Amino acid sequence: MRVNFTVNGRKQEADDVWEGESLLYVLRERMGLPGSKNACEQGECGSCTVRLDGVPVCSCLVAAGQAEGREVVTVEGLADFAQQREEAAHAGGCASGACGSSGTSGSSGTSLDAAQRWSAKGTDGQTGEGGELSPIQQAFIEAGAVQCGFCTPGLLVAADELLEREASPSDADIREALSGNLCRCTGYEKILDAVRLAAARQDRSGEAA
Amino acid sequence: MAGTSTGTPATGRPATGAPTNLTQGSRTKGGIGESTLRPDGTLKVTGEFAYSSDMWHEDMLWGQTLRSTVAHAEIKSIDTTEALAMDGVYAVLTYDDLPAEMKNYGLEIQDTPVLAHGKVRHHGEPVALVAADHPETARRAAAKIKVEYVELPVITDEASALADDAVLLHEGRDDDHIAHVPHPNIVHRQPIIRGDADEAAKKADVIVRGEYTFGMQDQAFLGPESGLAVPGDDGGVDLYVATQWLHSDLEQIAPVLGLPEEKVRMTLSGVGGAFGGREDISMQIHACLLALRTGKPVKIVYNRFESFFGHVHRHPAKLFYEHGATRDGKLTHMKCKIVLDGGAYASASPAVVGNASSLSVGPYVVDDVEIEAIALYTNNPPCGAMRGFGAVQACFAYEAQMDKLAAKLDMDPVELRQLNAMEQGTLMPTGQRVDSPAPVAEILRRVKARPLPPEQQWVSAGAEGTEVDVRALPGGLSNTTHGEGVVRGVGYAVGIKNVGFSEGFDDYSTARVRLEIVGGEPVATVHTAMAEVGQGGITVHAQIARTELGVQQVTIHPADTQVGSAGSSSASRQTYVTGGAIKNSCEAVREKVLEIGRRKFGTYHPAWATAELVLEDGKVVTDGGEVLASVVDVLENEAVDIEHEWRHRPTEAFDPVTGQGNGHVQYTFAAHRAVVEVDTELGLVKVIELACAQDVGKALNPLSVVGQIQGGTTQGLGVAVMEEIIVDPKTAKVRNPSFTDYLIPTILDTPTIPVDVLELADDHAPYGLRGIGEAPTLSSTPAVLAAIRNATGLELNKTPVRPEHLTGT
Repeated sequence: MRVNFTVNGRKQEADDVWEGESLLYVLRERMGLPGSKNACEQGECGSCTVRLDGVPVCSCLVAAGQAEGREVVTVEGLADFAQQREEAAHAGGCASGACGSSGTSGSSGTSLDAAQRWSAKGTDGQTGEGGELSPIQQAFIEAGAVQCGFCTPGLLVAADELLEREASPSDADIREALSGNLCRCTGYEKILDAVRLAAARQDRSGEAA
Repeated sequence: MAGTSTGTPATGRPATGAPTNLTQGSRTKGGIGESTLRPDGTLKVTGEFAYSSDMWHEDMLWGQTLRSTVAHAEIKSIDTTEALAMDGVYAVLTYDDLPAEMKNYGLEIQDTPVLAHGKVRHHGEPVALVAADHPETARRAAAKIKVEYVELPVITDEASALADDAVLLHEGRDDDHIAHVPHPNIVHRQPIIRGDADEAAKKADVIVRGEYTFGMQDQAFLGPESGLAVPGDDGGVDLYVATQWLHSDLEQIAPVLGLPEEKVRMTLSGVGGAFGGREDISMQIHACLLALRTGKPVKIVYNRFESFFGHVHRHPAKLFYEHGATRDGKLTHMKCKIVLDGGAYASASPAVVGNASSLSVGPYVVDDVEIEAIALYTNNPPCGAMRGFGAVQACFAYEAQMDKLAAKLDMDPVELRQLNAMEQGTLMPTGQRVDSPAPVAEILRRVKARPLPPEQQWVSAGAEGTEVDVRALPGGLSNTTHGEGVVRGVGYAVGIKNVGFSEGFDDYSTARVRLEIVGGEPVATVHTAMAEVGQGGITVHAQIARTELGVQQVTIHPADTQVGSAGSSSASRQTYVTGGAIKNSCEAVREKVLEIGRRKFGTYHPAWATAELVLEDGKVVTDGGEVLASVVDVLENEAVDIEHEWRHRPTEAFDPVTGQGNGHVQYTFAAHRAVVEVDTELGLVKVIELACAQDVGKALNPLSVVGQIQGGTTQGLGVAVMEEIIVDPKTAKVRNPSFTDYLIPTILDTPTIPVDVLELADDHAPYGLRGIGEAPTLSSTPAVLAAIRNATGLELNKTPVRPEHLTGT
């Protein structure tokens, strides 16, 4: 079958997709987006977490066909996604509901309108340079939250979604929001540090605005 | 019940030692001692980092392994006809298709068939391979292969393995250990006898005995076994793979492919964690076989289910211990027997036995010991390396014994440990003298002195009176208690781990370092075969090069087999050994730079001949701080490029009868205090703090050091309360090969982990550093167990602790 959906703001199409293929497989093996990870492929580890119409999902549990016509954000597009959200917030609108940086909370996800207004820029595959990192990506590096990095893409997508709806999460909130993402290397302490750091910076930039 | 009071002074002597001071490169930014950030960090947070499962090649096929559905059976027949006839299937291989005379591989003993030959010895053993144009086609084709098994009785424990009429797992053994084992179903046996334990026991006022059971733990690295094999025009193959030791893989792969090593070119691709589980071969040979057969690139990626069968696990163990002590708490003697279940193939079992026996006393002074450790061959899943490697199981048992002894003597458990703590100069049971700082009493003091977390953290004052946050309680959001039946417990443990490969192994590493001028500034390139598995070795490598060469720009060359072996990324050894090799090669490069400088500029300034010279910030500088020349001017168009092997102090084999010998390179110590809340009615445990103190000798990258300690601590927590591969004792089949049924700690299960890092230099090691990765995995588990015992008063002699163990239901 053929599937069409939007990934990181760009229309994508895949042909000859077997009906049993997951969204994760199509992203990784047919669209050249292997950032979403395949640690368990049974919905337990969260390493494949993407936003599907704004909602964080395990892409291994979503049949590719279910994504037809929908909006997907993967780790590859996270930096631009966060930047667009930031710009939308500073432009004075909170209409998209994706304006965690303004300090409001309560609504979750990003509206289709908001998702469709942007598209991700590429980064250099050799160095990763070329794009600004999102606050949560930068914080993960600085806090030492990345070791092997296999859980990192899913955690980033989940943590970014948390910060979008809750600007100043408590530790208990962070733990609850990230409880579907397994990490085997870090013992999670530095992941908590990273989310706290990103939240603190978000607060400050919110004040500055 | 609250824990014992804090602030008790250590009864042991104060630990001596100090951190290493640097002269060369001490002013260079981004050098050792700084928490520089990972060079692969940006790639890893943007999703661009290429893990072994992300490889893709034009025209690539997918490989699939067919694995045995039974644990022990003769294979009567294999019919591949239907599988081969499927559209999209390019090859189906069985034992009969293996191209070379060598058909087995293994880390120490070549007892593991590439594909089963006439017999399978464990559940999930590879039997056949398929290559197809889609992974689902490959899976379906594998399912169409008909294998006829005639089941054999299964050997699952010591009694069945050593019975007079026991079936032998491996007939006709000719390995190095067969001559000294009492039964062919024992892989290796290491006794250690020192002093006279029976005689010393007479001096004991109290004796405690215990029988302990350690469950089978899985490494559960998140990146599944995977890789891509690309056939070459020369009849060879290029293999991109996630592993812990490229050269060890190569030595095992080439012979079964029937190729010389130079025709198997290996490149490390991104590794999603390892923890010992990638020391053994998994899909490497299979992918190469399929690629060579089909002439097409072949990618194999295990799913999580297959991953549980695709690598060895931590040895489950039964441990029998006896300790004696005088009334005032001094240990008189120790006797123990440690039975490790090695499963169907040897893997690293002999070395695990060596560790378990030589570290079985723990970090304590006991002059009279009688020790025996064995690893069995059984039909259970093969077991081998996992973080802590034999020392973990022993630590769980000897620390339980320490608490038992303290209770019997009515002593504080930390004071008892401190009273018997080893120090620099103590003799190991092997007769080896511990010749660097051993701050055992001090790290215990530090974790004990830390203030305890407040009681009843789940209660807070709210608008409507007190409010309860169930997330801070056992059971969490299941909302099973608001504090009723919840009891706090506090427990302590300390452990000793060796660093590096032991028992006379030639544990060297190789580093190639190049210094040249690029774009008007000096740039160093570091090329090693070290497997970066997430630990941050490459971060530290760049730091060492900056410090040793006084440069800012360092490029880390991808790890491959075009440079000499770096040894394994295991045994807490890489920063020590490959770090040491890089330091050593950098020193040679530096000497060469100075030599060129003297040749060019020596006549212009007497300091070239007389002063101690260092490289700082791209300049040649005297020890007095005077700049003599820039490295740019010294080198101009010349590149200095040096590849050297480097070795730490040699070790010796343990005597097969007495266990005596200087078997280990270095020792490393960590201590934990665990604080738990136990719902005694439901048997639910919440660990609320797991504090660690560890001596690291020198923290080359403090951020990474703390990350290693917290990660290791959490793996120890997992085995304490949740992690176990369950093998059916009747069938030897694995019952929980998934992340649904094999649980590893989530962020909700993991407490805050405060870390106290000591830096007492080991003068024998580069920069005085101590390997750090494994020690925290040892003491974490027994500390949690001790805390649960403290809360419940139960004996708890088994990991993991499950609710039914606490409620008796």
